[in-house]
Amino acid sequence: MNKILARFLFCLALIGAPVAAVSAADLPVLTVYTYNSFVSDWGPGPQVKKAFEAECGCKIDFVGVEDGVVLLSRLRLEGASSKADVVLGLDTNLTAEAAATGLFAPHGLDVTALKLPIEWKDQDFVPYDFGYFAFVWDTTRLKNPPKSLADLVGGGGTEKILIEDPRSSTPGLGLLLWIKQVYGDRAAEVWRQLRPRILTVSKSWDEAYGLFLKGEAPMVLSYTTSPAYHIIAEKKTQYAADNFPEGHYLQVEVAGVLAHAPHPELARKFLTFMLSTKFQDVIPETNWMYPAAATSSGLPSAFPPLPAKSLIIPSEEVAKNRKAWIDEWLAAMSQ
Amino acid sequence: MPLAVALLLLFVIGGSLAVLFGTAPLDLGAIAGDSYLRHVLLFTTIQALLSALLSVGLALPVARALARRTHFPGRTLLLRLFGLPMVMPAIVAVFAIVTLYGESGWLHRLAAGAGLPLGSFLYGLGGILIAHVFFNMPFAARTLLAGLESVPGESWRLASQLGMRSAQVFRLIEFPALRASLASTAGLVFMLCFASFAVTLTLGGGPRWASLEAAIYEALRFDFDPPRAAVLALLQLAISGCLLLALYRLMAPAPVSPGIGRPQPRPDVAGRGGMIWDAGVLILAALYVGLPVLAVVIAGLAGSLGLVLGAWSTWHAVLVGIAVSTAATLLAVAGALMLILGRSRLLPRGLVAFIGSLPLAFSPLALGAGLFVLLLRLGAPLDLGLGLVAVINGFMGLPFVLRVVAPAAAEAASRHDRLAASLGIAGWSRWRLIDWPLLRRPIGLASALVAALSFGDLGAISLFGTSNTATLPLLIYQQLGAYRLDAAAVTALLLVALALAVFVVIERIVGGPADA
Repeated sequence: MNKILARFLFCLALIGAPVAAVSAADLPVLTVYTYNSFVSDWGPGPQVKKAFEAECGCKIDFVGVEDGVVLLSRLRLEGASSKADVVLGLDTNLTAEAAATGLFAPHGLDVTALKLPIEWKDQDFVPYDFGYFAFVWDTTRLKNPPKSLADLVGGGGTEKILIEDPRSSTPGLGLLLWIKQVYGDRAAEVWRQLRPRILTVSKSWDEAYGLFLKGEAPMVLSYTTSPAYHIIAEKKTQYAADNFPEGHYLQVEVAGVLAHAPHPELARKFLTFMLSTKFQDVIPETNWMYPAAATSSGLPSAFPPLPAKSLIIPSEEVAKNRKAWIDEWLAAMSQ
Repeated sequence: MPLAVALLLLFVIGGSLAVLFGTAPLDLGAIAGDSYLRHVLLFTTIQALLSALLSVGLALPVARALARRTHFPGRTLLLRLFGLPMVMPAIVAVFAIVTLYGESGWLHRLAAGAGLPLGSFLYGLGGILIAHVFFNMPFAARTLLAGLESVPGESWRLASQLGMRSAQVFRLIEFPALRASLASTAGLVFMLCFASFAVTLTLGGGPRWASLEAAIYEALRFDFDPPRAAVLALLQLAISGCLLLALYRLMAPAPVSPGIGRPQPRPDVAGRGGMIWDAGVLILAALYVGLPVLAVVIAGLAGSLGLVLGAWSTWHAVLVGIAVSTAATLLAVAGALMLILGRSRLLPRGLVAFIGSLPLAFSPLALGAGLFVLLLRLGAPLDLGLGLVAVINGFMGLPFVLRVVAPAAAEAASRHDRLAASLGIAGWSRWRLIDWPLLRRPIGLASALVAALSFGDLGAISLFGTSNTATLPLLIYQQLGAYRLDAAAVTALLLVALALAVFVVIERIVGGPADA
């Protein structure tokens, strides 16, 4: 038992030392709540932290949770006592609900520099990147991919697809809204038609995409930019994303300043920095999304052109109907 | 002392529920009128019952074979292998099972090569059961084996003298000795499978077989309706509670007659038929558990080993994992020992087992969220992420320690209580002289199990994650999230290897040398 205790204390000391070292530096600490993949070694986090700390005379403390939705849940649980200054990683499906909590302050930024496929009027949140949901397929296994959403649903194809659950995954919710916007009241019927082609509905994008790469199904619900990763990082050209004439559902990722932020000035400085090339340059090849403002050297050539049509349901409408739409989906999928 | 621990457990569960209810008004009508919810309750119960029956039913012949064959090459290795499935994060196990049974998995390729193309069978109830048996059968086999090993030597001598056959041995000796652990292990597996989330969703093929935990997740996430999550968690608690109550009588350890405590040969070891049967059972079990583990190893070795093993973040995650799991293990073992060893007239042993099981009967997600709010209300600092994870893991580990240690403790008590009382040995000296030497091995096994479980756990940390605190399971998700499937495969291999090392080291240090 003594050995275990000694080992435990040793480990505590190992972890405690760097923490103590950081707090001894005595710079203001900007706390940014975000999702895990943003702060991982492969995400934008490390580069963003380095670049901002070089000019702000401060330290960034990234706190990463599971994803954008959990981010909002955690904020609501913490309420006004949260120590967060900035929240980065909510998306357009959540902004209405996030604003309704009253936990956010207007950003007060000039956003004319934004380069988005839609007009941006939100007073509380500032976009930092965007992407489109799409079906990604393996060209070595699928010779005749569906040419449109209608073809996918009713074209008689038999190849299986992998999708995510809208209750636990952002792309999963994206597909639900995509189908809702294209088919409206016929959505439930479309889901019933689609059901035999769905191999499985996974908890998160990680599982669905992992199963796809393992060859379980030739098609997966992901982003239009997914093939770019394989081309740039792995030099593999076998993956492709569809470009449906019905349009693709748009996801805009945003950040906001909290009303109770301990460092509101610094927080706004961070949001301004977010739209600068120093931040935006990092986005394409770490977050694998389109930058929301200008980058210093344009987009990597592997990035596909934007879809002809952007679909998006206003945030307020999503907030109002999401529960009913998910219940409709559950009923169609679990009969 | 046991009363204090029991009250603390009840306080934590009750407090978590209460604060969840306190966050918003409750809409009971919406829950009662939800037809999908009724569907989920029914299907989750069926799924968990089947998983528990299959896991324990298959573990029984495996445990008997292991008990009968005490010396064969690879026995220790097999037992170690059995410690692995439970520590695998769900996503690692899902990928391993898909590699084996998936649409383009080994089994399908083997069958296609032999000209017998297999249909799709993984996604649906089949896949869920395959995964749940993989997770739980090995653990059940180990607990049942411990039960069989505690059969006193006299019984075997008597059985030999009477010339009992295998079936008689089972009916007259083994079943009475195993009844309590059969019941409690089945109850435990039921609760674990009832709360299963990623497996039931991904391998279940869709929301049809999704568990109540998915509905709790939905309530906590999107809807931000903690009271709804609390009601669902209560429903889950009620269903598991009903099962525990039904098993309550069975769960009280069988009276043990004091024995000489020296192993005696069993009468049913000889015989060619039995030998072939046992060999067959053990080979099948080894393949069933070993092949998915092999899939993890192969995928890991094929990945970018150098990149992952050379990264500081990997080793930082290892250190964090060791610190958290050590703290969780200390908490779980200390709590369980206080429950088991303390004497309290208010708490009969069955009730102790019941209360000790509650942490698993409660939704881990709801418990996590509840504890988080509870600690906030109590004024705890917000960045206690790691401490909270350790507490939750310790809490969830307690039932496992109870399962493993309680039977041995009951036996020790029935053997030595009177002698100890007449000699006036109590308190610390009793622990040092009597309980520790006798309980050392089960405590070693239990500590190893909790440490390994906590090492591979993701549940708590993804919700409360703080800066610089990635554990290995979280790192796997980060790598997958960044398209690095091959790096994730290496991390998964490292996780499984380290969990095995943690298991072996703790079992050896705490449990003492194997031949003691």
